[in-house]
Amino acid sequence: MSLLEMTAVELAAAIKEGKTTAVEAAKEALAQIEAKEDLYHCYVTIDKEGALAQAEAVQAKIEAGELTGTLAGVPVAIKDNLCTEGLLTTCSSKILSNFIPTYSAEAVLNLQKAGAVILGKTNMDEFAMGSTTETSAFGATCNPWNPGHVPGGSSGGSAAAVAAGECFYALGSDTGGSIRQPASFCGVVGMKPTYGTVSRYGLIAYGSSLDQIGPLAKDVTDCAAILEAIASHDEKDSTSIKRQDTDFTAALVDDVKGMKIGVPNDYFGEGLDPEVKDAVLQAVKVLEEKGAVVERFDLSLVDYAIPTYYTIAAAEASSNLERFDGIKYGYRTKEYSGLHNLYKKSRSEGFGEEVKRRIMLGSFVLSSGYYDAYYLKALKVKALIKKAFDEAFANYDLILGPVAPTTAPKLGASLADPIKMYLGDIYTIAVNLAGLPGISLPCGKDKNGLPIGLQMIGDCFQEKKLLQAAYTYEKARGTFSMAGKEAI
Amino acid sequence: MAKEYETVIGLEVHVELATKTKIFCGCSTEFGGAPNTHTCPVCTGMPGSLPVLNKKVLEYAIAVGLATDCEITRYGKFDRKNYFYPDNPQNYQISQLYLPICRNGSVEIESNDAETGKKKIGIHEIHMEEDAGKLVHDEWDDCSLVDYNRSGVPLIEIVSEPDMRSAEEVIAYLEKLRLIIQYLGASDCKLQEGSMRADVNLSVREAGAKEFGTRTEMKNLNSFKAIARAIEGERERQIDLLEEGKEVIQETRRWDDAKGESYAMRSKEDAQDYRYFPDPDLVPIVVSDELLAQIRAKQPEFRSEKMLRYKEEYQIPDYDIDIITGSKRMADLFEETVAICKEPKKVSNWLMGETLRLMKEKEVDAEKLCFSPANLAKLIALVDSKAINGSVAKEVFEIMFEKDIDPEKYVEDKGLKTVNDEGALRKTVEDVIAQNPQSVEDYRGGKEKALGFLVGQTMKAMQGKADPGMVNKLLKELL
Amino acid sequence: MANIINDETIEYVGILAKLELSEEEKEQAKKDMGRMLDYIDKLGELNTDGVEPMSHVFPVQNVFREDIVSNSDIREELLSNAPEQKDGMFVVPKTFE
Repeated sequence: MSLLEMTAVELAAAIKEGKTTAVEAAKEALAQIEAKEDLYHCYVTIDKEGALAQAEAVQAKIEAGELTGTLAGVPVAIKDNLCTEGLLTTCSSKILSNFIPTYSAEAVLNLQKAGAVILGKTNMDEFAMGSTTETSAFGATCNPWNPGHVPGGSSGGSAAAVAAGECFYALGSDTGGSIRQPASFCGVVGMKPTYGTVSRYGLIAYGSSLDQIGPLAKDVTDCAAILEAIASHDEKDSTSIKRQDTDFTAALVDDVKGMKIGVPNDYFGEGLDPEVKDAVLQAVKVLEEKGAVVERFDLSLVDYAIPTYYTIAAAEASSNLERFDGIKYGYRTKEYSGLHNLYKKSRSEGFGEEVKRRIMLGSFVLSSGYYDAYYLKALKVKALIKKAFDEAFANYDLILGPVAPTTAPKLGASLADPIKMYLGDIYTIAVNLAGLPGISLPCGKDKNGLPIGLQMIGDCFQEKKLLQAAYTYEKARGTFSMAGKEAI
Repeated sequence: MAKEYETVIGLEVHVELATKTKIFCGCSTEFGGAPNTHTCPVCTGMPGSLPVLNKKVLEYAIAVGLATDCEITRYGKFDRKNYFYPDNPQNYQISQLYLPICRNGSVEIESNDAETGKKKIGIHEIHMEEDAGKLVHDEWDDCSLVDYNRSGVPLIEIVSEPDMRSAEEVIAYLEKLRLIIQYLGASDCKLQEGSMRADVNLSVREAGAKEFGTRTEMKNLNSFKAIARAIEGERERQIDLLEEGKEVIQETRRWDDAKGESYAMRSKEDAQDYRYFPDPDLVPIVVSDELLAQIRAKQPEFRSEKMLRYKEEYQIPDYDIDIITGSKRMADLFEETVAICKEPKKVSNWLMGETLRLMKEKEVDAEKLCFSPANLAKLIALVDSKAINGSVAKEVFEIMFEKDIDPEKYVEDKGLKTVNDEGALRKTVEDVIAQNPQSVEDYRGGKEKALGFLVGQTMKAMQGKADPGMVNKLLKELL
Repeated sequence: MANIINDETIEYVGILAKLELSEEEKEQAKKDMGRMLDYIDKLGELNTDGVEPMSHVFPVQNVFREDIVSNSDIREELLSNAPEQKDGMFVVPKTFE
């Protein structure tokens, strides 16, 4: 088996057994990057020298018995909105095109403690605002299953890099579906943990109350191992939650007998591509055959999640992105007259269209006279949405449905109509509003050979139930080949 | 006939809290570091950094609220106040708008109310927030430079009701607040150094009018004198406008104390629409009964309670009590010294006499008094035991006032001890009598004054180190 | 379209958000914002009387730091990303209070 076909956990085991080394693995991944980057453009920054140096250091520690974890020595790609000390961190934006953080995100530090080797930083929608990775200031990423299609977004670079074998796993961030949807489009496993499970320190904020870091991986086992490594209670993040149950790999059990699964009727209505619908319902049948108790139900309020989300996320973003002003770091316009002109020109030149659109919307909904009608209203609807989920989870262990209404659209087909693009987030967005964990895993392909994703949603802190059901499904489904396999 | 106008004043007082670290990060709040050396990613608005509340800030804010009869908000939050300015690294300030920590309090000030001599000034709210950095203007390169050392230093903002009617009331209110906060140890409250800052909201209305006039907000007031001048200046400016049939515009004005005038701080880019919303990076604050009880138990004895106790326990004059309790430092000095030497009246005399005299002469604030209770007690003991006389004691005290020296050691080292050896003293007195026949003659002729001269000559010969009582006695005896 | 965004509003939002738009961008922004607000107005269909606005999903509260100095001088690092610096400080255009 080629090294690149291995999952992260398999690779770590092979390194531990001395069958290969961390350096060898890094070299293989870098070679694959070199071979495929022109085609897919998954990365903003590739740190070849740094990766090899890390790999050597990690290998030495593995040999000395200091590093024994399930991910030790495995090369990883990091979404470019996670700060990495000494390594360019741009959020795929011109305004941060020269920003080199002096600190690393807590999640990145946790991975490094587990012996990760960072290959580079992956492309994304600018400041995570987008669903296709086309709003990146550095050009779009292409879907490794078909380079004429988008990889999804905003963690499109991370998802594509995993699918293309340009890394063994990746970190992404999910504010409204930004891990789960690209995972679905790229045929990989992506997970958004319960809000507060992974520290947000060092994650460059988009919508602070919704943002959560999570893994993109080749299978459910990797996903559990990565989540186990990055989950931590962090005193630097006030919203970080103390949890005892972060031994997620313990949930990798092939059994769903008696597990109650709710399938919301609202997730299978108008706008859902029939091929996606069939594939997801087929997956439901698989779980039912494995002993799960499946029931249809009405979740309600599904149509209100998107306007609620865009109000809250835009409001928070408008404030979070105020710090990008051309004074302390990042892009500063060349010519200006006076302070406010410096601000306006640096920001107008530094931010892309979609980011400006959301900043303006967010500034408006918070402005004097509109706060109650828009922002406060959205926070109230958010409470109703949370309540709807609470009621559902009183009856079910998990909720199952599609990740996105369609498979990956063609490049260039989405940006023209923002609202239509926003509608693509309909099944993922409510999960963020309610702070819930969600996982996306491949459950089939459409007639064009593009992957279809299955989404499982758990109640707060119920990642283990999700992982167990996902693992069981994955076992029953069998291997889902990698996009780049033919190339490897 | 000219109309009569009433001035209506409310105050927004910012107080820097005496914590060791900033409100949302572990950076030091110490003054005077080189620019940007007390900073970290959090207080400089670096991408991805997050705030975590300093517990001490909450405790101080609640303590001030309790001391000013406020209701403490049991479920509170922080909000973001969004505005672009370079001293504000995130371009939003973390403050409290919707659920401030304290509300509906009051303090009582002395006033010329005919009946009670007191007046209640309402406190609308107290909220916690972060201070901004400092802008330094660089004349050389015609630009401004930003130093974030002060960025994130904790503040409380105490917002009064528009209950004040004169500069005297404003100053009485500020002095009252300052004393309360100093008693709590929550801040040193220095106007000049900016650890206490007052913005004045002022409007005028015709005497007897029910409605308030349009108010302005005055900033940059660095002393009580500047506040008084600004109030007078703004009152006149507004009355002039009204007399001319013009309108007062609601605006923020900056007081230029040197010129004695203010100007509007307005710009097109300054929309004054702060888009407050709850900060999603900070979690709600729930003040439990336990926390409240803990803070209540730690509240110090405030001035009014102290005054009653002093009267009963120490039996010193009301005038002394008033002065001593008027400063936390002075009250502490008094109590601690009395605890050692058990001589309230003598301690009070030192504070009321030499201490006040030197404070005035050397322009030292009471909070900056540096001599220790132990050394003051020693000095009192030296006088009591007649080891030194009064004038030597004053001389020694003046040095203690400058730097807290040990008076026993100083008197020993400098050989200032009173000579109590009657033999040696008798010898000197005999010499003085021999050298001043005229004065001796005068005394014997009934001129009592001459004795004073002879005492003085003896003290001089003894370099001040004699017990004046003994000199007197010996002179009388030998004459 | 129910929400008509006029020039004045776009200008005002530009001041708040510190964004300067070209005429063409302004026209587009007016349309986009109007459409988005129409869409958000859908929330008006829901009766939210008596519903407490939810800013945090979980009842996490009272997260504090102890008042202990924990940071050291990182000025050089801090300034390393600054577009312009002088005497250990960030340079901005001349700014009056």
